Amino acid sequence: MSADKTPIEVVKEPSMLKQKAMIAENYRKLTGAPETGRKVVSTYVPGNLNELIMCFDMVNNLPEINAIQNGMRQKSRGMIMEAEKMGHSEDVCTYVKADIGMMAKGNIAPNGEPLPAPDLLLLSYTGCFTFMKWFELLRDEYGCETVMLQVPYEGDGKVTENMRNFVVKQLKEEVIPTFERISGVKFDIDRLRENLRRSAAAEDDLVWVLQSAKNRPSPIDAYFGGVFYIGPIFTAFRGTDDAVEYYRLLRQEIEARIANGQGPITPEGDMGSEKYRLVVEGPPNWTSFRDFWKMFYDEGAVVVASTYTKVGGVYDFGFRHDPDHPLESLADYCLGCYTNRNLPQRVEMIENYMSEYEADGFLINSIKSCNSFSAGQLLIMREIEDRTGKPAAFVESDLVDPRYFSKANIKNRLESYFQMIDQKRQGAAAA
Amino acid sequence: MSTTKIINRCQALFDDLDFTAVGDWKAADSTRKVIGFMPVYVPREIIHAGGMLPVGILGGGDQLEVIHGDAYYQSYICRIPRSTIELGVTGRLDFVDGLLFPSICDVIRNLSGMWKLMFPDVYVRYFDVPQNYDDEIGGNYYVNELQELRSGLENVAGRAITDDDIRRSVAVYNENRRLIRDLYAFRVRSPWKAPSSEVYLLLRAGMVLPVEEHNQMLVDYLAAAESQDRAMRDNCRIVLQGSFCEQPPLNLIKSIELAGCYIVDDDFMLVNRWLFDDIPLDGDPIANLAAAFLHGSRETAAKYQPDGALKGKYLVESVRDNAAEGVIFAAPSFCDPALLDRPMLAKAMTKHNIPYISFKYAENSGQMQPIREQAGTFADSIKLWSDA
Repeated sequence: MSADKTPIEVVKEPSMLKQKAMIAENYRKLTGAPETGRKVVSTYVPGNLNELIMCFDMVNNLPEINAIQNGMRQKSRGMIMEAEKMGHSEDVCTYVKADIGMMAKGNIAPNGEPLPAPDLLLLSYTGCFTFMKWFELLRDEYGCETVMLQVPYEGDGKVTENMRNFVVKQLKEEVIPTFERISGVKFDIDRLRENLRRSAAAEDDLVWVLQSAKNRPSPIDAYFGGVFYIGPIFTAFRGTDDAVEYYRLLRQEIEARIANGQGPITPEGDMGSEKYRLVVEGPPNWTSFRDFWKMFYDEGAVVVASTYTKVGGVYDFGFRHDPDHPLESLADYCLGCYTNRNLPQRVEMIENYMSEYEADGFLINSIKSCNSFSAGQLLIMREIEDRTGKPAAFVESDLVDPRYFSKANIKNRLESYFQMIDQKRQGAAAA
Repeated sequence: MSTTKIINRCQALFDDLDFTAVGDWKAADSTRKVIGFMPVYVPREIIHAGGMLPVGILGGGDQLEVIHGDAYYQSYICRIPRSTIELGVTGRLDFVDGLLFPSICDVIRNLSGMWKLMFPDVYVRYFDVPQNYDDEIGGNYYVNELQELRSGLENVAGRAITDDDIRRSVAVYNENRRLIRDLYAFRVRSPWKAPSSEVYLLLRAGMVLPVEEHNQMLVDYLAAAESQDRAMRDNCRIVLQGSFCEQPPLNLIKSIELAGCYIVDDDFMLVNRWLFDDIPLDGDPIANLAAAFLHGSRETAAKYQPDGALKGKYLVESVRDNAAEGVIFAAPSFCDPALLDRPMLAKAMTKHNIPYISFKYAENSGQMQPIREQAGTFADSIKLWSDA
């Protein structure tokens, strides 16, 4: 028991320090906007048009990231309860309620300063119906202007010309003119091209890092570690020099880990020997993130591929932002985000990961708040079991509502699951 | 024909979870095809124009025992997808040649992919609609989506669907919408003569009958209800809001009425009343359908309201236009669109001094006593303390 209470010294690598500084700087820009006069836009992670936002010198605020920050800092419970007191249903997304509760409590950013009201809400309606209602609710609170970018869902598992044209047309005729008007900055497509070029460079290194998990042992954890690796590219940094530099540093660190035969880095240092290689579907729980991760690395379980790390963009099947086709490329990026893909596509992607990353099993962390991910996951699980013959398991939690994280229950399930993988191995060895 | 006889027929159709009427329609001609659709809106005219029968798939209600369907969903997901899967895996939807999943929420959206995996021989289409109402932007996108739908339906029908075919179908559905508008107007004038439980069953009948037969049924009901003498109660008048997808149990509607509330407007089966006006019969029928959607269709939680100042206005107008005295927000548990929308609509009600109450239900809710008590107390409070 006493060992659990000993503060753990977190190992900080240069890329981690770099990312921390980047996030702090963005919050400094956001909270300092009233003094600097910078305009603020709020938008979402999936369908995040950071390269375009940068063309107008605006600062990017992401409500999901604020909710995650509040979840990891154990502040989201009170915010959610505040929103529920205001009349928001206990049944709906806790990101939304954490955001609204955060506003009700003064809208304080992680740096302790109040976040300014946004000048613009960019409703990138990509892969999640709730986004639309969320921004209607925010508009109701802030009373600021909202511009919608509707991204059609890949219902038939493909992007059609009609879908792409629709997104591009909205960008040209509604999104860009609105940004010009709010920011007072004229759109410069060459500036966008430069941003996209930097995006593509960072994306190359990100994909290299994610695919490094094909090594044995995997030098990364592609879910718990993965959420840090995707941080810059999913948020306010895609298209920046900082992001290029971050991914260059990260790649160097992972190259060194492979050369040294090391496994993933965890909050308690190197993971130790790799016993189980897993593919994970669904977002993590943020309020007990460390506890949840520990249940894996204590057992020698490493996540070699995850779908959550594709929610803000799928890059590992070849897509890159393309400076030669800037608006079309932004459209394809939005259309291709993970939760904008239909269920057969998601199953195929997971099946591919199971095989390419030589996984021992498939795990779903099903999130109460997120129907976009969760509806259909039990069928996904069956399909993956049938197609791969590998054991699958299912645990349930929530994004930022600690009331839905049952540590003992999840731990029991995971331990049973790892035993099941062992038995399956023994059975295969005996055959 | 008496209202009783008509409503008995509707009740029998409603109770029949094997869709026998649809099966009989299909069996009458080996070339006939059936296209199912889920809430909230699809352009049934295009299905009809292909000689096919559009059939509303609205879940299993409170009489279907869901055994398989629960194995596909976590406890925090609403009921309608699990009972729909139950209908599918038990063979009750084997008559369906195609199934359309309108853009309403993530659960129905993902169900479209599940259907593709589970029923690979069925034509499955996620029917996306524009949330951008500019003719040149959302309009062009939607016209092309409608053309893709038309093409997919032609493959199912095994024949071309011409513009003239669609125009003829538009005329029949214009008539259906007119009759349903008449029915709603009649209920507003004399809610004691058209109880909402009957109106609901009439609408449900339209989900499984050929539209021509439904039109005649509506004509007959209106004539019979008009001439029938029924006792007027001292009920309050309310608008029911939030029941546009997963259906409330019929007993819930009856309970609200028994508790002293006349429902004078609702959002049941919006596909019937999605478009406000007749669609023109001349010109390009696909463009006409698109224009009607963009500029003359109902507001609901599944649609984006671009102007924040107008949020909830439609509900305020419904209260005013239908001389209602309050709103009952009745949404299915775990219904994201309805429950996320509710605080904004409630705010609009407060702003206009319109009383409201809220509760949740599931399609298989069995215990109506709390609903009766809540609705009864609401009715009493309106009667006793309302300004009116």
